[in-house]
Amino acid sequence: MSKRVGIEVSIALADVVGMANTDVVAAYPITPQTHIVERLAELVADGELDAEYIPVESEHSAMSACMGSAAAGARTFTATAGQGLELMHECLYVASAMRLPIVMAVTNRALSAPISVWGDHSDVMACRDTGWIQIFTENGQEVVDIALCAFRIAEDKNVLLPAMVHLDGFHLSHVIEPIIMPEQNQVDDFLPPNKYPFLLDPARPVAMGDFAPPAIYTEMKWAQEVNLQKSKETILKTWKEFADIFGREYKPVESYRCEDAKVLLMTMGSYSETAMTTIDKMREKGDCENVGLLRLRLWRPFPTDELREAVKNADVLIILDRALSFGAAGGPVGMEIKSALYNVTNKPKIVNYVGGLGGRDITVAEFEEIIKKGIDIARNGSENEFEIFGVRE
Amino acid sequence: MELKEPIAIRIHGRGGQGAVTLAEVVAQAAISEGKYAQAFPSFGPERRGAPVQAYIRIDDDKPIRNRAGVVFPDIVVVLDPGLLNIVNVTAGLKEDGMLVINTRQTPDKIEIKLGEKQNLAAIDATSIARETLGVPIVNTTMIGALVKARNVVKIESLLEPLNKRFGRLAEKNISAMKKAYENTLVKEKKAIG
Repeated sequence: MSKRVGIEVSIALADVVGMANTDVVAAYPITPQTHIVERLAELVADGELDAEYIPVESEHSAMSACMGSAAAGARTFTATAGQGLELMHECLYVASAMRLPIVMAVTNRALSAPISVWGDHSDVMACRDTGWIQIFTENGQEVVDIALCAFRIAEDKNVLLPAMVHLDGFHLSHVIEPIIMPEQNQVDDFLPPNKYPFLLDPARPVAMGDFAPPAIYTEMKWAQEVNLQKSKETILKTWKEFADIFGREYKPVESYRCEDAKVLLMTMGSYSETAMTTIDKMREKGDCENVGLLRLRLWRPFPTDELREAVKNADVLIILDRALSFGAAGGPVGMEIKSALYNVTNKPKIVNYVGGLGGRDITVAEFEEIIKKGIDIARNGSENEFEIFGVRE
Repeated sequence: MELKEPIAIRIHGRGGQGAVTLAEVVAQAAISEGKYAQAFPSFGPERRGAPVQAYIRIDDDKPIRNRAGVVFPDIVVVLDPGLLNIVNVTAGLKEDGMLVINTRQTPDKIEIKLGEKQNLAAIDATSIARETLGVPIVNTTMIGALVKARNVVKIESLLEPLNKRFGRLAEKNISAMKKAYENTLVKEKKAIG
């Protein structure tokens, strides 16, 4: 039987990466990702995981090593955060365009300057367009489950794309909580060996990431786009099969108490759980109309159809972003959702907040403030396209 | 149906005193009892000697859905008596809350300093840790005081997490915890309602 243990989320993640029989880990330590790669280094050093651990000199090198490893057909994992993800940036585009199934955990962190080791989604949003599959998690159980699914999705022959598993830095990565760890035989049954079809092999040389003149570049990018959009089918199939085995279901857009709600709050990542408690309390008090919570789990490929379905009965949609897009018309998630709903006839009024920057908590009471003020803005308008929550001007 | 809140505990210590380990071990003990629990540090780069906080939430029967730091604790644990002068350790402590302090003074003396707002538990954890462990690291000793003051987990449930965390040093830490459990003075404000 699977065992329920009290464990730090980073350690549980590293352990499940080990159970996935990962062949290569290439990583550079950076807060708040450190515990994940330290644990993996320990598993390899202790002989518990038969893998190659490559200590590299930078994140740019980490992703470069991962690309070589994945191209050689090895199951490949890395993890990073914040500035580390930014230093990898140009390699991220190469990994996806070359169809290399790398799994990377990102302990989401704010960006410098000023230096902040704490969490928000600034690093994620800067990598929005890199062509990776990107999935958000809300608690330790989801981190373990989604990471396991990520290997299978990324390595599926219909996908062959790199995948990021997003867990909020500190707010998830450093929390001890109950997690049901899978049994090794369950992992082995769920996750078949990696069979990368285009192996780098000296006996049968191939060129990868080759030169593309104008006559072919557009078609290459079109193929990449079709591939990423179509990966959703495999993601849904994988989550369904995961649910059949492990009993926990995952969806691109998750809903909480939305059935009778005309007002919906939308969050991503670990703050969603705090928001759920707010929804429960507001419904208990009953001094406000019924409110529900949507959580965007699948960030890329963006689940346009599921989003439209989820908001079709709502009057008000309040979106919390945890990153700024400087000089833009809204937060990155807010803008994307507005874009996805613009051509829909019946759509909710959208209110966009940016908050929880650089690790600042949003408490249960503050989520209530966001919702109540959001309803007011939706009904009475505002001079601003978006609000920065809790800022001391 | 009234929503029952989890028990919220805030631990005040200094970097290096093991506040985070205390939180981790207590949460693991609660989880091993089938409860829901979470433990986490007040996040940031660790600096030895600087005031730090760690948090625990425990719920008997439902998952804990709150990722924010503990602002209104039911219980506050203070590992270092020197912190009383520089940190407002009772900030947000609930009306019927419990303050568990490492101090050489009795609850009556401490009360004069902090006012009579809360229930108090006092233990000279530094002396116990010095005698039992040979070092003034009081985190495991203070677990005994915490559990004596408020029965958040069973003493037996702490043995496995402590054994796992401390290995060959576990026995001494368990002994320090038990000594504190036996010697902690608890002063309840008054019977509630």
